[in-house]
Amino acid sequence: MNRVLLIFKHEFRQTVGRTGFIILTIVPPLIALLAIGVSHTISGISEPSAEATGIGYVDEAGGFEQFTTQGNLNFVSFDTTEAATQALVNKDIEEYFVIPEDFVSTGLIRRYTTQRELTPPAATTTAIKNFISSNLLSGKVPETTVTRVEEPLNLVTITLTATGVVAPEQGGPGNLIIPIIVGIMLAVSLTFSSAYLLQGLAAEKENRLMEILLSSVSTRQLVTGKVMGIGSAGLIQVAIWVATVPPLLRLASSSLGGFISMIQIPPGLISLAILYFVLGYLLFAVLSVGIAAVSTSVREGQTLASIFTLWVIAPFWIISVIMLVPNSPAWVVLSIFPFSAPVMVMLRLGLTGVPTWQLAASIAVLVLCIIGGLMLAAKLLRAYVLMYGKRPGFGEIIRNLKSG
Amino acid sequence: MSAVEVSHVVKSYRNKVAVDDLSFFVSQNEVFGLIGPNGAGKTTTIRMMMDIVKPDSGTVTILGEKLSEASKHRLGYLPEERGLYRKLTVMDSIVYLASLKGMDGRLAEQRANELLSETGMLSHSGKRIEELSKGMGQIIQFIITIIHNPELIVLDEPFSGLDPVNTEILKKMLINLRGQGKAIILSTHQMNQVEELCDRILMIDGGHAVLYGGLSEIKAKYRSNSVIIDFDGELGQIAGVIEKRTNKNYVELVLEENTTPGQVLEQLVTAGIVINRFEVATPSLNELFVKVAGKNHE
Repeated sequence: MNRVLLIFKHEFRQTVGRTGFIILTIVPPLIALLAIGVSHTISGISEPSAEATGIGYVDEAGGFEQFTTQGNLNFVSFDTTEAATQALVNKDIEEYFVIPEDFVSTGLIRRYTTQRELTPPAATTTAIKNFISSNLLSGKVPETTVTRVEEPLNLVTITLTATGVVAPEQGGPGNLIIPIIVGIMLAVSLTFSSAYLLQGLAAEKENRLMEILLSSVSTRQLVTGKVMGIGSAGLIQVAIWVATVPPLLRLASSSLGGFISMIQIPPGLISLAILYFVLGYLLFAVLSVGIAAVSTSVREGQTLASIFTLWVIAPFWIISVIMLVPNSPAWVVLSIFPFSAPVMVMLRLGLTGVPTWQLAASIAVLVLCIIGGLMLAAKLLRAYVLMYGKRPGFGEIIRNLKSG
Repeated sequence: MSAVEVSHVVKSYRNKVAVDDLSFFVSQNEVFGLIGPNGAGKTTTIRMMMDIVKPDSGTVTILGEKLSEASKHRLGYLPEERGLYRKLTVMDSIVYLASLKGMDGRLAEQRANELLSETGMLSHSGKRIEELSKGMGQIIQFIITIIHNPELIVLDEPFSGLDPVNTEILKKMLINLRGQGKAIILSTHQMNQVEELCDRILMIDGGHAVLYGGLSEIKAKYRSNSVIIDFDGELGQIAGVIEKRTNKNYVELVLEENTTPGQVLEQLVTAGIVINRFEVATPSLNELFVKVAGKNHE
């Protein structure tokens, strides 16, 4: 059998048989399943009761007698604050509020409750607001005007293409969900796949296996077999995660309701995700080969590699800033910078889209870095793979790379 | 056809010449000792033979051809710096590394069982490598080196870390392999093993060949003109002897240049001395090593 294929099979089996790999593969879908279960349970507990909630009020200003039913809330009038307080203490009402005499000029409403809370519940605030505005405007303006005052606008944005037709992808939060999920998957699988490769090579060097292997195969065969074997295991991991997304989303739709229907997959996302996984993995693979060659132990190799793998997850640290300022030139740079490009491009695809020239530049830079990295890594491997116990200095590495 | 032909190879690392214009050959059916002090260039020479390191100039021919990826399975190599996959079982390690040498998996398993049985390691075949002692690991590495029936076997310090029992097992296996017509290159600092096993030797120092040829020829060449005797009685004056060196169990007589051991023996017999042992003194390989290597480092 072809030696590359033998190494491929060996590395693939070793990787998928690792406890860490198995746990990493099954844990994310399990966490998602658990989250859906918790969400179901919480929504079941917090289901609004059919019974109306009573909220008291004291009308010192006068004129607030109508519209006492707002959704599920019933407003009960009290003559004095003492009477309302007594009803609250007796748990006849949940809370009460006072409309002072000078309300129209000040807008002040005092709310009394026995619950400790950070801010008033949004539903209660809206109900009180509608109760006040309905009573203030009733009979003075048409009914529809009252409705518009309560709900001034329903802003619907329609994105057009450059030619002026409605774009197939309309953006919004639903557009960002899948790119974020894909970005996380990319970051995790790239980090772990390259870590497995680095660990394998560094361990073979540390355990003095390299010379035995090199008496049977060439460095090219060894590295190709390893990169393919571990990369395939990483790809299968991503495929398993992707395959679990549709059933999980279907399951989630029962608890998250209409939000799931908003989810869109930006065009080209899946094919770009596969392309960026392959390119990203190859880049980190050649990097891992170079690092393993100059490292004296697995631990030292992992420490060196973290300098580069940190860039993979860096876009998630600044995701809130990216959302606030989606068109900053800094994000363009991070989309072209090869170590952050895979995840950054995924996130931007969900937010604003990525112009074709930026995608082309990002892919071209990745490809160039892979080719350049491969040549450097091969040189490092040849120079240092059989050097044990002493890590070469940076200056020595540079001199060796220059001299070839 | 020679098993190995190294011709005028040179290899430098930055400013240091590791191997300088080295030439030698190794025949089939012989154990060839590659010896030399630390840093002499032995490992670099072996790595060039194994095509792990490329020579700057010169040629290396292995089994009649320039070594290629396709012909690597005709070689067995046990490097000095060696290890195994710690988490794999003994059997899985042997079968995987044998498969890289072109062996079929089932055949490798069958042959592994035979060799494990021969070395008394069969009961350990299901254990992980990390569970074995260092000596046991050495035996497994040796099995991996020879399992694919290579025509040329290169062993770098094969006896280090082995107890006397395992050393004897390994030596017997080496002698058997030579009997099967294999060419064996043995690189070691244990001169007694070289004397016991090797037919010819190459000693290198500073990248150069300093001793090369048949072991007995080399020892004869470096033989001093002296005899060793163990006797009963009084030795007295012997003509042609310039120095008597008395040791615990014998006396070494250093002879004049023109005196032969036969003339001395004749005098002793005539004098009526009872001789228990009489032999021409030849230096041990260890003494030769110290002498040659020491001279080069003065």
